[in-house]
Amino acid sequence: MSAASETLPLIYNEADWDFDSLKRAYDAIEDIALNDLGLDVYANQIEIISSEQMLDAYSSHGMPLMYRHWSFGKHFARDQINYQKGWSGLAYEIVINSNPCIAYLMEENTMTMQALVMAHACFGHNHFFKNNYLFRQWTDADGILPYLDFAKKYISKCEDEYGFEEVESVLDAAHALMDQGVFRYNRPPRLSDADRLARIAARIKHEETNFNDIWRTLPNSEEPDDEKEERQQEVKNIQLPEENLLYFIEKASPVLRPWQREIVRIVRNIGQYFYPQKQTKVMNEGCATFVHHYIMNELYNRGQISEGAIMEFLHSHSSVVFQPEFDDPRYSGINPYALGFAMMEDIKRICEDPKEEDREWFPDIAGSNDWRGVLKDAWENFRDESFILQYLSPTVMRHFRMFAIEDDSEESHVEIEAIHDDRGFRRVRQALADMYNLGMHEPNIQVVGADLDGDRTLQLRHMVHRGRTLNEKTSAAVLTHIETLWGYEVTLDEQDA
Amino acid sequence: MNSFHFIDRRKNPKGKSLGNRQRFLKRAKAQIKDAVNKSLRDRSMKEIDKGEKITIPSKSTAEPRFSHDREAGEREAVHPGNKEFSAGDRIKKPPKGAGRGKGKEASDSGEGEDSFQFTLTQDEFLDIFFEDLELPNLVKRSLKEIKSYAYKRAGLTVAGSPTNMNLVRTMRNAHGRRLALKRPSTKEINELKERLFELEKIASPTEEEIAEKKAVLEKLEGMEKRRRFTPFIDPLDLRYNAYEPTPVETTAAVMFCLMDVSGSMGEREKDLAKRFYMLLYLFLKRRYERVEVVFIRHTHHAEEVDEETFFYSRQSGGTVVSTALEKMLEVQRERFPAHEWNIYVAQASDGFTQSGDAKRCVEMLDEDVMPVSQYYAYIEILDERELEVFSDADSGAELWRAYRTFAPKWPNFAQTRIARPQDIFPVFRELFARDKQEAA
Repeated sequence: MSAASETLPLIYNEADWDFDSLKRAYDAIEDIALNDLGLDVYANQIEIISSEQMLDAYSSHGMPLMYRHWSFGKHFARDQINYQKGWSGLAYEIVINSNPCIAYLMEENTMTMQALVMAHACFGHNHFFKNNYLFRQWTDADGILPYLDFAKKYISKCEDEYGFEEVESVLDAAHALMDQGVFRYNRPPRLSDADRLARIAARIKHEETNFNDIWRTLPNSEEPDDEKEERQQEVKNIQLPEENLLYFIEKASPVLRPWQREIVRIVRNIGQYFYPQKQTKVMNEGCATFVHHYIMNELYNRGQISEGAIMEFLHSHSSVVFQPEFDDPRYSGINPYALGFAMMEDIKRICEDPKEEDREWFPDIAGSNDWRGVLKDAWENFRDESFILQYLSPTVMRHFRMFAIEDDSEESHVEIEAIHDDRGFRRVRQALADMYNLGMHEPNIQVVGADLDGDRTLQLRHMVHRGRTLNEKTSAAVLTHIETLWGYEVTLDEQDA
Repeated sequence: MNSFHFIDRRKNPKGKSLGNRQRFLKRAKAQIKDAVNKSLRDRSMKEIDKGEKITIPSKSTAEPRFSHDREAGEREAVHPGNKEFSAGDRIKKPPKGAGRGKGKEASDSGEGEDSFQFTLTQDEFLDIFFEDLELPNLVKRSLKEIKSYAYKRAGLTVAGSPTNMNLVRTMRNAHGRRLALKRPSTKEINELKERLFELEKIASPTEEEIAEKKAVLEKLEGMEKRRRFTPFIDPLDLRYNAYEPTPVETTAAVMFCLMDVSGSMGEREKDLAKRFYMLLYLFLKRRYERVEVVFIRHTHHAEEVDEETFFYSRQSGGTVVSTALEKMLEVQRERFPAHEWNIYVAQASDGFTQSGDAKRCVEMLDEDVMPVSQYYAYIEILDERELEVFSDADSGAELWRAYRTFAPKWPNFAQTRIARPQDIFPVFRELFARDKQEAA
């Protein structure tokens, strides 16, 4: 922004970082982020970790606290071998949607990388977490860490009490349904329902003080009547069809014991917590990448980082936003960093320096010069699907040379539907937006009936969209898991939506 | 200005995900065991106590989720990098199954049948390797396996239980303290009291005597006061004997490796024997805190040698097996008393010995060696051709036949034949199977 008329002293000059230079860099970055970009962030907590700790964090959804489960061990083993073999690098950072916002920085990073990562995570992601409507509505940044702490302790208590295998089978089954365990439309109940947690604590305490080994042999005798009534009332209130399978099972399963219901609820809550992240990959990464790119350049303009540092930064940045083409062996879909960054840079360009075409496509913002306001509004009120539908410009489509194809399994050919030309822009944009519509990509499976007073069969239905049926093998495996939780027969049919 | 802070977590304890790993290993146990057994057959013994990269089928650890059938329905997609396509072009699909996507993605969705590769640590590898192996007769001295502790004197402490109080040190401290603080002794007080008594006895005391009495009274009072402030024994003085638990080494084993190194034992035979010894050594190392190995080689005469010489140097001469047993007994009596050591003997030979010597071997074994040994394993190393000839357990070289007759007497004696490296592991398992009957 500001011309390089007044230059400030360098904040660091060495490749290696230390805590003093980190602090100086943080202050300089914060100044740009808050006073220039006008970002609004949670307080930051920055943790320096080793590569092994990074692997640890990787394997458990990037969360600092997580209950124990074999699948995390499996992911760790896989990531570890990939890392050691050099098949994949580690992320430079992990950031957690919590308040304070926790960001992990790898100790191996150079000072420039640390600055990049701080700008990226502590301001880019942090702003997005705090302001995007999905995160505000669906996640509880204040409550997540205490909740995970509770979850971890609760599950390890259950392991002590009921055995690893018992707990594992419930977790396995609940994990299989994690994708079908989210509310998509109505707002879920708050995570850290203080009342409920207090009640659980009281119950555990009660059980401890009235411990009697004989009672343990009596099955399903622990659920207090009032809670049972409450739960059954909740079941009655559920309107079928219900798309949140985990919720339905948690409430209505005829066989689950209270602790098993609680575990299902934990898995469901964690799934719900991550749901906004799945819907905003392009935007979230785009926002963070845009922010770090702007801040690093601004630091350079102000004379606070050296030529060498900005070159190093540009090298890392360009590999982050690298987009291989479809016929490149490295191609594995559209890179969310690349798309998000390109779109946001383009919004800035449209605001500042629009072409005729842009005025036609974006009359509201073209030439407005207020790119900060436009971007902040976009970050706040959109998710990937709607963001692309609203803001994907012909320039970006041309730049990526995008083309849309139609693939019908019945046909022997795929058809090019549209390409990056005047006739095709709108078609391509719609098709790309649809790719980010989770509702269209995750199988839509609903509870359509549960004969609770009769033979207790649970009926599930897959709403088939455009002939995309379920993979039989995985479905059969998942059904076995559902039967573990439900205790009685579970049927699944498919029907055209 | 937002608040923020840095936390340096690098020093945090490592292995946070250990619990997850253990759960994972448990989950995939059967597959991991298969993989370990398979890899054992091929790897060289030198690498045995390293970690192992193993590959297991991912079926047992699949995490299934509902997913769409990739082969059904219609779908749209947008890709970057158009070069020559225009709207309406039709492109022939590749034949089914060929070049569709990358294998990577399949395993994530849980539908791929491909395998999962990871590395076991040395400990994990060996644990799995040794699982359900158990040394025979272990029960007899199994108690020794548990680390036993003895309490040893370890100086003095200021805290402890009254029974451990060290009276001498406590009283010495008290005495020193009393001296230092000038605590009036009982003797001094008694003297003053006597004087006071005398003064009080006087019916009509003089001025002087009254003054003295007053002075004595005052002095006495001061002394009493002083005594109250400096007690005879103060908690400060207390000293206790300290005892520390120290592990007592009862968990020691010695392994005697006996081998015929005469000309008839070639490189191949030695190599096989070595593999067997290594396996036994590792196994003992897991069981016992301390394992000593004694290498005894023999031709017509036996000597104790180091490992290098044992396996690699050549010697020519006749073959008298009993000399090795004599040597072994000599070393054992000298350095490894049977009440302190668990004694294991492994003998490898091609089965030939001087005629008549086999009988002597059996006598020695019966009378001297077996009574002190936990276990005696005899392996006869054969050619593959020989193995076919000697498929019957009763026929064999002289030593084999002689041992056959005596073996039933001692349940902790085992003999077996090896012709190929692949044979070692099954044989080892058989020798040390938890329940010999079951394995047989």
